[in-house]
Amino acid sequence: MRNLLSLEMVFSSIRLTTPLLLAALGGLYSERSGVINIALEGLMLAGAFTAAVVTHFAGSAWIGLLAAIAAGVVVALLHALACIRYRADQVVSGMAINILLLGVPALLSGAFFDSTGATPQIPRVSLLPNVPIVLAFAMVPITWYVLYRTRFGLRLRAVGENPEAADTAGIGVARLRYLAVALSGALAAIGGAYLSTGQSSLFTRNMSAGRGFIALAALIFGKWRPVQTMLACLLFGCAEALSIQMQGVARVPVQFIQIIPYVLTIVVLAGFIGHSRAPRALGTPYDEKR
Amino acid sequence: MLAAFVVGGILVALLGDDPIETYQLLLGSAVSWPDGIGYTLFYATPLIFTGLAVAVALRAGLLNIGAEGQLYAAAFITAWVGITFPQLSPWLLVPLAGLAAVAGGAVWGGIPGLLKARFGAHEVITTIMMNFIAVALAGYFTQYHYKKPGDPILQTVEMGANARIARLGRFVPGLPERIPLNLSFLLALAACLGVYLLLWKTKWGYALRATGANPGAAEYGGISTARQIVIAMALSGGLAGMVAINDVLGYRYRYYDGFSAGYGFTGIAVALLGRNHPAGVLVAALFFGALLRGGLFVDIFTEHVSKDLVQVLQGIIILFVAAEELFRRGVRGPGRLRGKV
Repeated sequence: MRNLLSLEMVFSSIRLTTPLLLAALGGLYSERSGVINIALEGLMLAGAFTAAVVTHFAGSAWIGLLAAIAAGVVVALLHALACIRYRADQVVSGMAINILLLGVPALLSGAFFDSTGATPQIPRVSLLPNVPIVLAFAMVPITWYVLYRTRFGLRLRAVGENPEAADTAGIGVARLRYLAVALSGALAAIGGAYLSTGQSSLFTRNMSAGRGFIALAALIFGKWRPVQTMLACLLFGCAEALSIQMQGVARVPVQFIQIIPYVLTIVVLAGFIGHSRAPRALGTPYDEKR
Repeated sequence: MLAAFVVGGILVALLGDDPIETYQLLLGSAVSWPDGIGYTLFYATPLIFTGLAVAVALRAGLLNIGAEGQLYAAAFITAWVGITFPQLSPWLLVPLAGLAAVAGGAVWGGIPGLLKARFGAHEVITTIMMNFIAVALAGYFTQYHYKKPGDPILQTVEMGANARIARLGRFVPGLPERIPLNLSFLLALAACLGVYLLLWKTKWGYALRATGANPGAAEYGGISTARQIVIAMALSGGLAGMVAINDVLGYRYRYYDGFSAGYGFTGIAVALLGRNHPAGVLVAALFFGALLRGGLFVDIFTEHVSKDLVQVLQGIIILFVAAEELFRRGVRGPGRLRGKV
């Protein structure tokens, strides 16, 4: 038990928090604009897979990262198109994206590398350095500033709370939502890229393993606010680090530590710990012509 | 639907295989007797249950993304009953284990229903969380209490012969017993009929549908929507739980970690494609069952395309159906398509 609070444990927690935080902040932009983003899981997978493949062929994790961002934005725009233009149910569309992105990487890696869902190992030298970690934590104050101190942030929040009023005030609701969802795709994809080309050195089938959903949980737990969301991500990251550390010790079964984020989210949603209120227009399509 | 196949076909062509040939493999291998039909029906069975589960919840205006967790909870409790009471006669043990499956699923689905009705917690998020909790808890109990010592696979010990239901091969001439299609397929057909009668022929089903169609009006008309939400989610969970009857009592005879090939999520596609009607669900489930069967052949006989094509198709179908669904709803307002993009 003594090494539970060691420096190594702290670093491990921060490393494990990083992809969660990136995805959660991405989700924050999308959901603050009124578009539910349950597709974070799929967006992370898109980023992770693209990063691994492009890094493998290009030999540079930076190009891989850029490609991952592009892939994340494209997939996110697909979600946005379904939700905003075709007014599809945002949850159903998000689930479809998740299912799609479980299949596409497997299908492509089968075709490219003749494998059952994994990409080739990337040499250690061409892996991403710790930049995503810095980026993730830097994005917290940036997001706070953008959200509460800029015109873009004010408009974003307006569109998510009361799109009718925002529209009346001359704000392009759809345009802003597209932008917000695209941003969420970029951030979640960076999180995914960090998984495949930072923390490990290849993409494996379903490598995000529910992190997109944990990020969503952290976003709700953090009441859709940047700093609280970061704290929630840190909590969940610590829980994950702890469960890895405990694997050998097994005084408390790992499963009990693994379910902490999920149980906490349910408890918060039920209003037992404070009240978490979603952006008012979350999940409702907006028809500008009406 | 057709569009989804066109997109899938383009993808296949891009990967370097012939799309027509691939689709022939995908669907053609499902209709041969006995293997093709036997396995298609076997794969369709869990999808009928989860499709019905999602459809019932959607009829009440709820999206149950938790069928996956509900069927895991159900499968573990079913295996537990089978393992704990091996001495009971099969006439007692099988119904008992089957009831446990339904009850396990109903409880796991009912909790998010209760949280929604009582506290307004969004069922989509809570059911996702319940999915992870179910898998983790079942994994814990399996690993620490019900595993054969030394078994490297995370699965419980096997249940005795008394907790098994017969494979259809025993009754159908020409259908070999090695095909795991079992009596639960008939239960799935009965469930379709049951859901139809319940939802459209009873007062109670009317209350449930009214809750989904117009909660305000339902409440005004004297229906307790909060109660309907709990009932609908429990019923939905119970239907999802029946997957355990197919898998645990009819196929594997144990709880096996990761046994579900995303049945709960495919159930969403099945329900959407089946327009939330039991007859539609049945057809859609058979269709997806055929795809799953055909996927194995695509894996073996094409050069580049793997069975993951099925998953991709599934995602595209859901996306298209979801967008199209609201095409119809959006018809009310003129200029819908002219909306600024």
